[in-house]
Amino acid sequence: MPAKSPPPEPAFEAQLGRRRRWKLLIAKQETIPWSFQSTTFGLDSKVFTGLTALATVLILAILAVILGNVLVSGLPGLSWRFLTSGTEKDMFDVNKAGVMPMILGTAARVILMTIFVIPIGVITAVYLTEYAHATSAFTRVIRGAVNNLAGVPSIVFGLFGLGFFINYVGGNMDALFRPGAAEPVWGKPAILWASMTLAVMTLPVVIVATEESLRAIPPGLREASLALGATKLETIIKIVLPQALPGILTGGILAVSRAAGEVAPILFTGAAYYMATLPTHLYDQFMDLGYHVFILSTQSPNIEKTRPILYATVLALLLLTFTLNIVAILVRARMRKKMRALH
Amino acid sequence: MGLKRGHHARPGEWIAEKFIFLVALSAIVMIFLIFLFVAREALPVAFGKTSNSAVTKVITPDQMDKMSQTELMEYLELTPKQLAEMDKAILKELMLVKAEAAAEAPKDKDAALNTTSWPLMLKPHPWTGYDQPEYIWQPVSQIPKYNLVPLIIGSLKTTVIALLFAVPLSLAAAIYVSQLANPKTKEWLKPAIELLAGIPSVVLGFFALIVMASLLQGLFGYQSRLNAFVAGIALGLAVIPVVFSIAEDALTSVPRTYTQAALALGSSKWQAAWKIVLPAAIPGVFAAVVLGFGRAIGETMVVLMASGNASIVSGNLFDSTRTMTATIAAELAETVFGGHHYRILFLIGALLFVVTFLSNMAGDVIIHRLKAKMEGKT
Repeated sequence: MPAKSPPPEPAFEAQLGRRRRWKLLIAKQETIPWSFQSTTFGLDSKVFTGLTALATVLILAILAVILGNVLVSGLPGLSWRFLTSGTEKDMFDVNKAGVMPMILGTAARVILMTIFVIPIGVITAVYLTEYAHATSAFTRVIRGAVNNLAGVPSIVFGLFGLGFFINYVGGNMDALFRPGAAEPVWGKPAILWASMTLAVMTLPVVIVATEESLRAIPPGLREASLALGATKLETIIKIVLPQALPGILTGGILAVSRAAGEVAPILFTGAAYYMATLPTHLYDQFMDLGYHVFILSTQSPNIEKTRPILYATVLALLLLTFTLNIVAILVRARMRKKMRALH
Repeated sequence: MGLKRGHHARPGEWIAEKFIFLVALSAIVMIFLIFLFVAREALPVAFGKTSNSAVTKVITPDQMDKMSQTELMEYLELTPKQLAEMDKAILKELMLVKAEAAAEAPKDKDAALNTTSWPLMLKPHPWTGYDQPEYIWQPVSQIPKYNLVPLIIGSLKTTVIALLFAVPLSLAAAIYVSQLANPKTKEWLKPAIELLAGIPSVVLGFFALIVMASLLQGLFGYQSRLNAFVAGIALGLAVIPVVFSIAEDALTSVPRTYTQAALALGSSKWQAAWKIVLPAAIPGVFAAVVLGFGRAIGETMVVLMASGNASIVSGNLFDSTRTMTATIAAELAETVFGGHHYRILFLIGALLFVVTFLSNMAGDVIIHRLKAKMEGKT
C-alpha cells in the first residue's frame, strides 16, 4: 500500500474567520481555482461583453444603413411636385409621375381601418382588464387568440379577406341587394374589404396597447368612483377610459403605422396596379404606397432610370410609418411618466 | 315592492356588459373564421374531390337520355341548382363541348393524370420530358404540375438562413441590453432596435432587391443575383426585432435578486448574465426563436422580392428559390376563381396558417409558464 501523505492540517485554517481565510486564499494565488481566477479577473468577461455589445451595434448599424441609404438617395426626388401629382400618363416617368393618389389611397384605407379596429379593440381590452378573471381558463383562451392573431402570416390575412369579405360577405350582399346583376359591386376587391382585412390584422396591436394603459390606471381611482355610488359601467366610461385615452391613442397610432406599410393583405383585397381616378366609394379599388414600392421595384421597364422615383416613394412610405411610430413612442413615454406620478 | 337585484336593477348596464363580453370574443371568432374560410376554399383539393385529368370517358350527346340526373351532373361538373336551370338544348350543347375538349386533349401520357391529387402534390413523378421522377411546381402549363415540395423546401431554406442570421445577433443584443448595458443606454437602445420592426416588409424587400443583392453577390461571388441567401438575410432583418423583444422581455423578467446574489458572491456582470440569468430565462429564449420562426415562414413581401422565385429543389443556398408565401402572392391574382390552381393556393395558405398557429401556441404556452414561474419566485 503506497504511503499517503497526510492531508494538510485543516485545523489551523478552520479556526480562522471567513474573512481571514479568504485573505489567505488571495495571498496564496496558486491555490485559487482556475475558473475563478480567469473569469473574474481575466479577459473573457470583457470579451463576451464586448461581443454582445458588438451585436447590438451591428443591428443598429444595419438599421442606420437602411435608413441612411433611403434618405440620401430618396431626398432629391421627394419634391413638392412628386408628392402632389398623380400618374396620369406613365407611372414610370421619372419627371412627371407622382405619388399623390397612393398617399391618399393609403391614408383612406388606414383611416377606415381605425374606424373598425379601435372600438372592437378597446372593448375587448376593457373586458380583459375590468371584467374578466385574470387567471381563468377562458381569459387565457382569449389572450391566446389575441397573441395568435398577431402571428398569423400577412398573406393568410389576404386569403382570408378574399375568401370571407369579398366572396362570402360581398357575394351575399350582391345577391341580397342586387339580385340578377351581371357585374358584382361588393363581391370584388374594394377599399372597404382591404380596410376590414387590415382591421382584423391590427386588432392585437390595439388590444395590447389599450390593456397596458388600462392596467396602469391606479385601482384607487376606480374604487373612489365606485364608493361614490357610480356603477361599474359608469366608472369605466367616465373615469377609466378618459384616463386611458393616451394608451388607446398609442394603440391606434401603432396599428396605423403597422397597417400603412403592409402590402400582402391588400394584394387581393383592394389594391390596384393602376387607377385613373381616385376612389370615391367604399366599393372602389385604390392605389397604395406600399404596393407602389413593390411595382416600382419589380415591374419597372428600366430599373436604373426609375431609381429616383423608387427611392422617393420608399422615403415617403418610411416617413409616414416612422413619424407615426415615433409619435406613438412619445405619447407612450409621456403617459408612463404621468402614470408613475399618479401611483 | 320587492328588492331588485342582479340584472333587474339596471337592465341597461346588464345589456352593455353582455355586449362587451360578446365583442371580447372577437379575437377567438376571427381566428376561427380565418381558418374556416381559408380552409373552405381548399377543402375540395384537400379531400381529393377535384380532378383535372384531361382524358375522360366520352359520352356522346345522344346517350344523354339514358343517363340519370346525378350521372349527368357529375359528368358536366354542374351543381344541382345549375342543372335545374338548364333546358335540354343547353345540356346537349355542353355535352358536345365536353366531347370536343376531350378530343383536343394533349397527346401526352401525363394528360390522363389528376395532378391535383395528394400523391402528385407530394411525391416526385417521372413527367414527360424528364429523365427521372422530379418535384415540379408548374401550375401554368398544358399539364399543370402542383408539387408542393419545392415550395416547402424554399420556405424552410429561407427561414433557416434567416434564423441562423437573426437569432445569434438578437440574442446577444438582448443579453447586452437587458443585463450588461447601463440603465441610461438601455433606455434608448431598446426602442432603437425595435424601430427595425417599424420598417415595412416591402421596404426590406426593396432594400434586399436593390442594394443587398448586388452587394452580397460582389462579396460571395455566387451566380444568381436573387437567391435563398439574400432573401434569408433580408428575412433575418424582419425576424431580429421579434426575437430581440421577446428574449429581452424574458431576460428582464428574471428577478433582480438572482443577479444581485450572483454579484454578491463575486461573479462578474457577464457571469451573472451568462450562468444565472440566461439559464433561468431559457424557455423564453426558446419561445423567442419559435415565434421568430413563425414570423419568418409567414413573411411574404421580402421573399417575393428577393428570392428570385424559381421553384427549384436544391440544397444550394445560393440558388434561386420560391417560397409558399411568395407563390400565393404572385399567382393568386392570375388564377380562375374556384379553379384548381386557386384552391391549391388556398391549401398552401391553410398549411401556413396551421404551421404558424402551432408555433404561436407553443411560444405562447412557454412564455406563460416562464412568467408564472418567475412571478412565483420574486
